[in-house]
Amino acid sequence: MIAEAGHYALVLALALALIQSIVPLVGARLRDDALMNVARSTALAQLLFVGASFIALVTLHVNSDFSVANVYENSHSMKPLLYKITGVWGNHEGSMLLWVSILALFGGLVAAFGNNLPLSLRAHVLAVQAWIASAFYLFILVTSNPFLRIANPPIEGRDLNPVLQDIGLAVHPPMLYLGYVGFSISFSFAIAALLEGRIDAAWARWVRPWTLVAWIFLTLGIAMGSYWAYYELGWGGWWFWDPVENASLMPWLAGTALLHSALVMEKRNALKVWTILLSILTFSLSLLGTFLVRSGVITSVHAFATDPTRGVFILLILCLFIGGSLSLFAARATSLKQGGLFAPISREGALVLNNLLLTVACAVVLFGTLYPLAMEMLADFKMSVGAPFYNLTFAPLFTLLLLAVPFGPLLAWKRGDLLGVTQRLLAAGVAGLVAVAIVWGWARGGSALAPLAIGLGIFVIAGAVTDIVERTGLVRLPFATALHRARGLPRSAWGSALAHAGLGVALIGIVCETTWNSEYIATMKQNDVAHVAGYDVKLDGLFQRQGPNYREMIAEFNVSHDGEALSVMTPSKRNFTTRGSSTTEAALLTRGASQLYISLGDTTAEGTIAVRIYHKPLVLLIWWGPVLMAFGGVLSLSDRRLRVGAPKPARAKQRLQPAE
Amino acid sequence: MTRKQRRMTIIGGSLAVLALAAALVLNALRDSIVFFSTPTMVAEKHVAPGKRFRLGGLVQPGSLRRGDNLAVTFEVADGGAKLPVAFKGILPDLFREGQGVVAEGALDDNGVFKADTVLAKHDETYMPKDVADALKKQGHWKDDYGAQASGGAKPAATTAQGNSQGAVR
Repeated sequence: MIAEAGHYALVLALALALIQSIVPLVGARLRDDALMNVARSTALAQLLFVGASFIALVTLHVNSDFSVANVYENSHSMKPLLYKITGVWGNHEGSMLLWVSILALFGGLVAAFGNNLPLSLRAHVLAVQAWIASAFYLFILVTSNPFLRIANPPIEGRDLNPVLQDIGLAVHPPMLYLGYVGFSISFSFAIAALLEGRIDAAWARWVRPWTLVAWIFLTLGIAMGSYWAYYELGWGGWWFWDPVENASLMPWLAGTALLHSALVMEKRNALKVWTILLSILTFSLSLLGTFLVRSGVITSVHAFATDPTRGVFILLILCLFIGGSLSLFAARATSLKQGGLFAPISREGALVLNNLLLTVACAVVLFGTLYPLAMEMLADFKMSVGAPFYNLTFAPLFTLLLLAVPFGPLLAWKRGDLLGVTQRLLAAGVAGLVAVAIVWGWARGGSALAPLAIGLGIFVIAGAVTDIVERTGLVRLPFATALHRARGLPRSAWGSALAHAGLGVALIGIVCETTWNSEYIATMKQNDVAHVAGYDVKLDGLFQRQGPNYREMIAEFNVSHDGEALSVMTPSKRNFTTRGSSTTEAALLTRGASQLYISLGDTTAEGTIAVRIYHKPLVLLIWWGPVLMAFGGVLSLSDRRLRVGAPKPARAKQRLQPAE
Repeated sequence: MTRKQRRMTIIGGSLAVLALAAALVLNALRDSIVFFSTPTMVAEKHVAPGKRFRLGGLVQPGSLRRGDNLAVTFEVADGGAKLPVAFKGILPDLFREGQGVVAEGALDDNGVFKADTVLAKHDETYMPKDVADALKKQGHWKDDYGAQASGGAKPAATTAQGNSQGAVR
């Protein structure tokens, strides 16, 4: 009953989306307010029905209704409640349903909070949203219906893939989808602007908060996924340049570029055409990511099922939207008026450079992701493009970008003074060089590039600090004045400084982890002691334990440092009987930003066990960086000028921000 | 500067960055790409020792030997040929005899494949796609693999973000 209701709700949502695709556009053409307002009600109704459909699937999973194929294949009655719920999107059908639910959520938010958008713009935006929604509802209903029944219901389910039975599944996919799908809003705004043939600075102010929201979630989603892989897969890797990771990184790179170019458009009314193109490209890359992950063209953990019809269907959606939007862009872009002028050395110029490097880095990742696929299809040989390729291509481009980051915010709009900015960055540069010298003298072993990279990280952080110091006049002016100015500083200024500093923090973490990571792999028996990076790790014993839907073997380790007992670490190996597969649960000991990491291998007949112990210096900075970036994004979002949907159309023109 | 000069500066800068990226990519393509081979392909093509590649196939039943200090040797077969593999470290959770495996490394002078990475899927019923394709192509695909795969309704395994395969370095 619930399954049929959920299915029916999804069909109704499709019907609503089809209405929303056409009626508002007709209304806009006829200048009929009532018809245009249809978009608002249908978007909200769609959210209601998709939400109902999603809740129906969650209910089925929670009740362990094994007469539904999706529940049977991915759930088990003994599974803890949390994983019964998160298991809803731990499979192809459910994750697509989550995808459209989030799409409907964003559509609903525009409908609910877009009251101050011009009526015809809102109608166009919601209509474009409905095109995307219709395509994906059709996809789900035709190829991946999560509500299919089984004729003879089995008594027990096949359980969720053990690796997914983790809190990470509760956070990572929803976050990532909020990011991925969130970019559909800027896409819809771009298409709406092209359809209307009208675009101005106010447009950028409406788009920017939505882009920022999507970007914040995508940043956190990627970071969360990386940390999950780090602790769950049991060998301490946190980024693999796997095609699916690349699929999430590409929209992030393009989205970051979009955030910055929208800034130029909002403040200076320039780079309009480019911003529109970036909006289209960012969401196209999100769609491409969905295609890569969901079609099974690549072998990946994320590819749940390889059903060729699904791949073809998504490929069709992909071609339709990317091809259609780019053709529309080609036809209409020239009609958009050119905006303000600026000298190459200026804030705008710096942001153009930022965009250039980000998009080229994104193109490199795209090439690395698609090249093996293309070669397999055309030349019929298989290959893999991995970390060495990206170290030689992506890393140099990003180094250039990071070198430029501190300069951008210090340059004046329109015409900047590079020499003056360099002088103001002198302190930051010196800080970076001092860091290089210290690390050089201190570090033993590792690449000669590592101290330089750490110096670069420090330079980026110090540059962000310099930006705030310059704006508040902390050194030049009396402290009280500086404090007053700091309070008056727009939150977006704090936001961008924090986000830029986050880049430096992440870079330092990445360099320290990859360069000075120590590893110890051996077989150990009871009372053996391993010495890793100054820690003594003693194996106390092995124990068996029964979990809700698995058996696990726990190894107990006593960790001490310089004779001082620190903690007991208990990594384990879990064996899931239903799927007959096992997972390795690593144990982590956090000391400052560094971590000690233990995971288990096989046991032998003599009672010894293979053990892998890592010491990862400053590894947590890798994820604190993105968290800092996201926090900067949130601060920027809370800025009064940017509050979601804040600007009034009538005032937007006059309130064009003066150059800061 | 006139509008035209400004535009030319930006276009020139863009072209410079693009050219840089293209140069980096072409340079990287020369030596950072790893090809995939099966034992039969290795035998046919006489891969030179020291050249890195990915070896895929099935772990030959009865060939797994464990030595001291986590050293392991086993054979990878694809129905047509066999290749001995040596590895030191912890094998993935789902490494089993008779199951599909992908190993990355290079041949040594004695024709033994020294693997530094061994990948196996996190799901029993799963056969790595590269291996399955290669076996099918060579006509060694047995129906029971397929039956297994479709019987296990979700053949492609899933782990967290990242490498599809549980990897061991």
